[in-house]
Amino acid sequence: MPKNPDIKKVLVIGSGPIVIGQAAEFDYAGTQACRSLKEEGLEVVLLNSNPATIMTDKDIADRVYIEPLTVDVVEQLILKEKPDSVLPTLGGQAGLNLAMELDERGFFEKTGVKLIGTTSRTIKKAEDRLEFKSTMEKIGEPVAPSLVVENLEDGIAFSNKIGYPVVLRPAYTLGGSGGGIAHDQAELEEILSNGLRLSRVGQVLVERCIAGWKEIEYEVMRDGAGNVITVCNMENIDPVGVHTGDSIVVAPSQTLGDKEYQMLRTSALNIISELQITGGCNVQFALHPESFEYCVIEVNPRVSRSSALASKATGYPIAKVAAKIAIGYTLDEIKNAITGQTMASFEPMLDYCVVKMPRLPFDKFISAKRTLTTQMKATGEVMSISDSFEGGLMKAIRSLEQHVDSLMSYDFSHLDRDGLLAQLEVVDDRRIWVIAEAIRKGISYEEIHAVTKIDVWFIDKIAILVEMEQALKTQELTVELLKEAKRIEFPDNVIASLTGRTEGEIKKLRYDNGIVAAYKMVDTCAAEFAASTPYYYSVFGSENEAVKTDGRKKVLVLGSGPIRIGQGIEFDFCSVHCTWAFSREGYETIIINNNPETVSTDFDIADKLYFEPLTPEDVESVVRLEKPDGAVVQFGGQTAIKLTEALMKMGVPILGTSAENVDAAEDRELFDGILEECGIPRPKGDTVYTAEEAKAVANRLGYPVLVRPSYVLGGQGMQIAINDKDVEEFIGIINRIAQDHPILVDKYLQGKEIEVDAVCDGDDILIPGIMEHIERAGIHSGDSISVYPAKSISDGVKATIEEYTRRLARSLHVIGLINIQFIAVGEEVYVIEVNPRSSRTVPYISKVTGIPIVPLATKVILGQKIRELGYTPGLQKEADYFAVKMPVFSFEKIRDADISLGPEMKSTGECLGIAKTFNEALYKAFLGAGICLPKYKNMIMTVRDEDKAEAVEIARRFEALGYNIFATKGTARALMEADVQVRMTRKLEQESPNILDLILGHQIDLVIDTPSQGVEHSHDGFVIRRNAIETGVNVLTAIDTARALVTSLEDTDHKNLTLIDIATIA
Amino acid sequence: MKAFLILEDGHVFTGRSIGSAREVVSEIVFNTSMTGYLEVLTDPSYSGQAVVMTYPLIGNYGICYEDMESERPWVDGFIVRELSRMPSNFRSEDTIQNFLEKNDIPGICGIDTRALTKILRESGTMNGMITTDENYRLEEVMEKLKAYSTGNEVSRVSCRERSVLPGDGHKVALLDLGAKRNIARSLNERGCEVTIYPSSTSAEEIIASRPDGIMLSNGPGDPKACGAVIKEIRKLYETDIPIFAICLGHQLMALATGADTYKLKYGHRGGNHPVKDMETGRVYISSQNHGYAVDPESLDPAVAVPAFTNVNDGTNEGLRYTGKNIFTVQYHPEACPGPQDSGYLFDRFIKMMEEKKNA
Repeated sequence: MPKNPDIKKVLVIGSGPIVIGQAAEFDYAGTQACRSLKEEGLEVVLLNSNPATIMTDKDIADRVYIEPLTVDVVEQLILKEKPDSVLPTLGGQAGLNLAMELDERGFFEKTGVKLIGTTSRTIKKAEDRLEFKSTMEKIGEPVAPSLVVENLEDGIAFSNKIGYPVVLRPAYTLGGSGGGIAHDQAELEEILSNGLRLSRVGQVLVERCIAGWKEIEYEVMRDGAGNVITVCNMENIDPVGVHTGDSIVVAPSQTLGDKEYQMLRTSALNIISELQITGGCNVQFALHPESFEYCVIEVNPRVSRSSALASKATGYPIAKVAAKIAIGYTLDEIKNAITGQTMASFEPMLDYCVVKMPRLPFDKFISAKRTLTTQMKATGEVMSISDSFEGGLMKAIRSLEQHVDSLMSYDFSHLDRDGLLAQLEVVDDRRIWVIAEAIRKGISYEEIHAVTKIDVWFIDKIAILVEMEQALKTQELTVELLKEAKRIEFPDNVIASLTGRTEGEIKKLRYDNGIVAAYKMVDTCAAEFAASTPYYYSVFGSENEAVKTDGRKKVLVLGSGPIRIGQGIEFDFCSVHCTWAFSREGYETIIINNNPETVSTDFDIADKLYFEPLTPEDVESVVRLEKPDGAVVQFGGQTAIKLTEALMKMGVPILGTSAENVDAAEDRELFDGILEECGIPRPKGDTVYTAEEAKAVANRLGYPVLVRPSYVLGGQGMQIAINDKDVEEFIGIINRIAQDHPILVDKYLQGKEIEVDAVCDGDDILIPGIMEHIERAGIHSGDSISVYPAKSISDGVKATIEEYTRRLARSLHVIGLINIQFIAVGEEVYVIEVNPRSSRTVPYISKVTGIPIVPLATKVILGQKIRELGYTPGLQKEADYFAVKMPVFSFEKIRDADISLGPEMKSTGECLGIAKTFNEALYKAFLGAGICLPKYKNMIMTVRDEDKAEAVEIARRFEALGYNIFATKGTARALMEADVQVRMTRKLEQESPNILDLILGHQIDLVIDTPSQGVEHSHDGFVIRRNAIETGVNVLTAIDTARALVTSLEDTDHKNLTLIDIATIA
Repeated sequence: MKAFLILEDGHVFTGRSIGSAREVVSEIVFNTSMTGYLEVLTDPSYSGQAVVMTYPLIGNYGICYEDMESERPWVDGFIVRELSRMPSNFRSEDTIQNFLEKNDIPGICGIDTRALTKILRESGTMNGMITTDENYRLEEVMEKLKAYSTGNEVSRVSCRERSVLPGDGHKVALLDLGAKRNIARSLNERGCEVTIYPSSTSAEEIIASRPDGIMLSNGPGDPKACGAVIKEIRKLYETDIPIFAICLGHQLMALATGADTYKLKYGHRGGNHPVKDMETGRVYISSQNHGYAVDPESLDPAVAVPAFTNVNDGTNEGLRYTGKNIFTVQYHPEACPGPQDSGYLFDRFIKMMEEKKNA
């Protein structure tokens, strides 16, 4: 079936802000799909509220709307743009939910606009628990005994019937939000009542617990003619019970025989056929480890995190093919872009082993529970490819960038046998390290398996790695032993520490004996056909296939690794644009990265892709082969910056700002010198190493002070201290995390926080725009609402900022991008931080100003001047609309994480609100972040003393909007004194009904809870905030955010938002 | 113990010996299936060949004897990247190492199987030797390699005695040219009474048994080496008994009716090959194992027309015989290993017998 000629203009719905469970994989899928549609000559209209994505670029779609993903907005947009079709299967659960709601409203029927890629019938069959169950029963596919319940009583009755433990899965939520395993009635009541509320339709599935079974996934595709294929199957090392997003996953499955493999494959194909999916689909199975019994766990009728992983694992571009299928093509009409000679109607065969590991955020949420459950917690993931499982696991571990490089990195050696057996019961992110220690202590495979239910095949592989540790420790390091250690991917530094040699000695021994990495190609077909796509992975002890190319100048672009809080999708945006820009300038481009979710690791972004860990050794192996003319590190976040020194040692020139100047910006003393030289003030402060020194400095400066470790990203470990006790506590925490770096203590200034990104060519600078933060200094810039253009600072301050930026860029000899954060106190401007590299705000400011900063910076890096590029240097003219970047959090996913904002970054993503008026832009930004108010018009306020005066003004404005305000004693008194109508509510420890009952009553729109500065010694605030978050109540912890929210609710016509095509912004 | 794989073109791979340490010369072919190594080892179609598995981790789920596709392994040699030392599966009864040793099958592991596969892809299937003799002399080896060709493999692998799988349904005569067990099982599961005949059985004997249908199986080697069988198949063609043929059977029916076959450069061996039904346009993912193919140019449309075509390389994958109750496929609807998507062909065969009976 050829292309459907009726489809000419398609609306593609993106997935919105990055949250846990819905991350960069949808930017990858969406970008690939949009390009695939455009190459068919279709006009693409894109809707996604996330400005950090590549898919929202005007190069990717024809019309780009960065607007909130609500049904009203989609309707309005369809009426405005008049697409003939809507493709919702690339926007994750968010996209599907929108499509469902539009269909339920009868919108498609009314307007004649077609849903493509799926039907509402299909979505309902796959997503609605009851429909899904009856569909599976109809085709004879087994599901675990289950019942959809809409109230607590039915859930209890059914659980009593089938017996505990039971699994709870709310309908229509993403990443398993609100789900869990209940072992008894008390747990059931807690999880179920929460799940019922979180579900869009108030339904929760209660089912037989199949925890401990093997968890197997199949990625399958179907076209409109009914042709079906399997792209990839995957096996979770962690059995059923841990969300697949948090599991270590291997592709293809390792412990399934052909009978099991084909049984599940056939089942997956039967399911996709019955659901009549046109596109990609993910089917998750639980397979009994001791029989052929299996259950279908879940079906996702769309592209997903797993499909992104499957695409990267096999080379098969699922999203691209799904988009072609959506517009009418059949699988046998679509070319396999990897081989260039075969068609998409085949099944990829792997001749390697792929390992995926989750990147969990427990380094950011120290108070959070590390346990892994059916509720996903990972913010990102890494993938590795090797010709052995052991090698794949070792590469994945060191790709995580969590200070781990072997199975010895988390130390459990203090535990004895019983201690280890107990520790094995704990299902958390360190479990494989515990298993390794258990093996070291001689605990048998059977015992480990009995506790963990992890297949002994995997336990044996961990044992092989442990045996190698032992061999390296105890045996003479022969060439043969070294070869074997490298074959299973022991990094040189680990070999060095085990053998008591230096890393340099190991490297020399390797080179002297020709033990170097070779590169193999990911070709979808296990070498059966010649492939033309240079997508490589390294192995030791094999023939090299990667051909060093000559001719064009060659640039190495270092990616940013796994998505984590503080280093998100923005850096992938920058890496990809930099790669494209180099390519346009005639360079051969090479990307090294290990994140399977991103656009940068798509096979056709760079000329060559090396899917590798981003460590000096792994990078050096690529460098030895490719001998690039230069490397760019300023676009890949801290991951790439950290490799600068290593690259220089390898003799690779760093393109753009030099390493010394990067250092100068981060080294306190050097930087102070530069500021002095430039005549720029900064908050007073000093560098210290001990708590005593810190206290002395703090007392000299006067409290409050900011305490933070140097060399960190995302404000990690930064805290505001108000007294000596705080200082002592913070220094203690910092020293637990990173001991070797100095600690900075600065005077804390409470002013307006301002941020700029600028391009500098060595002489001139270009500032696309000044961004102002809504929250005053003290809250991490990544967690602050950012407004462009800055609206509350004077022209004088703007001029000062422009001038300071120029001076700093020049004296740091910046070539390329620089990001500077200022504090404006009145007319005084202080510099608080300088990063001579791309930043989180680059995609946002590029899009809202229409100035392509990354391509410009790339050209500047190549020696062109801003003036030559057609721009007038300096601060560019302000736009005549407002653009608000709103942080988005995933607090409900992380149990026990403290949600109060501070200097440490906590947001996982962002969305944009853009409009002619500030209020509307703000309203759209809140809406995009999921804050859709008013609903019940009830709110709770409990603010710290310093905020009480401002709280009065805010409360008054909420009151004017018709809100009933509840407050705790102190806050209530302050409001009453100011004649604000308020109802006092009892504190947490007081008898019911108290503040907690109020929150759990589900009638509250909003909690404004500003915790007192410093270490929060009160547990009450924490409990209130957690309960509010977990019951789905909006919580604001900064008084400035609260003011912004009330402002956004005033004077905005919520029914008729203006929609702005940002592709028209020049 | 060290082992060497020496190819006809002079390439030498050094690895470790697995299974038997005896020397073997064979035709080296690669299979891209990621699961089903036991089914591959015991598929009689591999008689006269040594198989390279392109998937690097082999033996992970051990040996489950009930998965054997014939009573013994037929491959001459087994070539893998890594053999698992720890098989893990609830049905596993043995390790692959033991299995190879017990059956005296030599093999080699620890070599770069991808590099080897690329050689075979580029230069075509070639002969090779697996040896543990470190002092081999290349000239002597080359002579042996040049001299090797697959013999009359069909008579080697076919059953010696007739046997019957009882059933209440149609009576099917299965001519065993090296049949995988699952062909008979697939028919038997659908109620057929299956009588399995040795490849040397005359057409007259089969016809005399008055079967409702005749099944021609898969099998090893060059179809043109099966002159005698082809003659008998011609006689079967002349009857009006419904016939379904798989792989070698498909090729022999083509040869018996005037078409030609040729050797593919490196064959199709794996579980991911797309075949297109020329009538409906539907594409099925199939299990394949063949080194020869029917030349569609040589077909007389009055006799047979292509029914299935390989989507990747356009080679013929099946024929429909004009005016006859005969259809044949190059691939393996019986799967094992590989996708089960084409099992419906057995249903089609049963329907054909049904219709013939009712006609």
